[in-house]
Amino acid sequence: MLPAFTLLLIYQTVGEIIAHGLDLPVPGPVIGMLMLFATLVARGSAPEQLRDTANGMLTHLSLLFVPAGVGVMIHVERIRGEALPILVSLILSTALTIAVTALLFAWLRRRRP
Amino acid sequence: MNARFEDIWVYLSATPLLGLTVTLIAYQIAYGLYARAKFHPLLNPVAVSVALLAGLLTLTGTSYQTYFSGAQFIHFLLGPATVALALPLYAQFARLKAEWRSLLIALVAGSLTATVSAVAIAWALGANKATLLSLAPKSVTTPIAMGIAEKIGGLPSLTAVLVVCTGIIGAVLAKYVLDALRIADHAVRGFAVGVAAHGIGTARAFQVSEEAGAFAGLAMGLNGAITALMVPLAFWLLSNIA
Repeated sequence: MLPAFTLLLIYQTVGEIIAHGLDLPVPGPVIGMLMLFATLVARGSAPEQLRDTANGMLTHLSLLFVPAGVGVMIHVERIRGEALPILVSLILSTALTIAVTALLFAWLRRRRP
Repeated sequence: MNARFEDIWVYLSATPLLGLTVTLIAYQIAYGLYARAKFHPLLNPVAVSVALLAGLLTLTGTSYQTYFSGAQFIHFLLGPATVALALPLYAQFARLKAEWRSLLIALVAGSLTATVSAVAIAWALGANKATLLSLAPKSVTTPIAMGIAEKIGGLPSLTAVLVVCTGIIGAVLAKYVLDALRIADHAVRGFAVGVAAHGIGTARAFQVSEEAGAFAGLAMGLNGAITALMVPLAFWLLSNIA
């Protein structure tokens, strides 16, 4: 687990260096993810240990959002003041995104089996 | 005795230990409830954890900054977790290769819908500029969304909250929207939830089925990458033309 976790951090670090060094608009961890994906494709397989560590982290993915979510406390004023636009926007936009993506993907798949 | 207790409280509330511990406890209580309710979407564990913790902090008069000094260790893991998404993505490589055209088209359409509709609806209802800029990246996972908000002049901490709300809303609504549209294919269901509701939607999809989860993870990773490229570019173009 430790070597695998270290590897994830190394990819993230290199991603951050590239993002900041080249002043890219893409966040470092995303570059890290794309590089790791490219490495796996080039290598032709995923090491079992790395797979287990990644799955372990992703199993508890929702936990990782909790600290940011509690930040709702410091934005109570703004959110209360703009509750209607924010809530309507989030609910409608999210439902619309699910619908558009699902309908289009299902339709394209049916056309191109 | 009371004074002694106060000493301990003052000491503990200044260390990161407390924020970290209460976050893990709250999440496990929330997850226990969620499991007992047979993973009912309305009992989303992130929403319940946030409610428990915000209530606790308010009751004890603890500031978010103090709490976050401990909870940041959990928050930090979002970075390596984003990198770790390369693995489910790679596990779907064969399907990715076979269906990349359909996936890419659906992804771009979904990603544009998520950003444009959120900003347009909030703008039409009179939200101010900082809120609009913070809303734009709402459908991508927190570290990416916060990075985007920072680039385009939104408030990263507000974006983090909006992202979490979006994830919860998506995880709750997905079943009802997809059932109404009569979409039965788990790959399609998972993919749509991943585009709209990032990691929280993906966590939800994994609880429904392995296939839905894999496609949700794929969608979330791709949407993060594509939104991180498109949104700052779109705002850069807008601000240079207008």
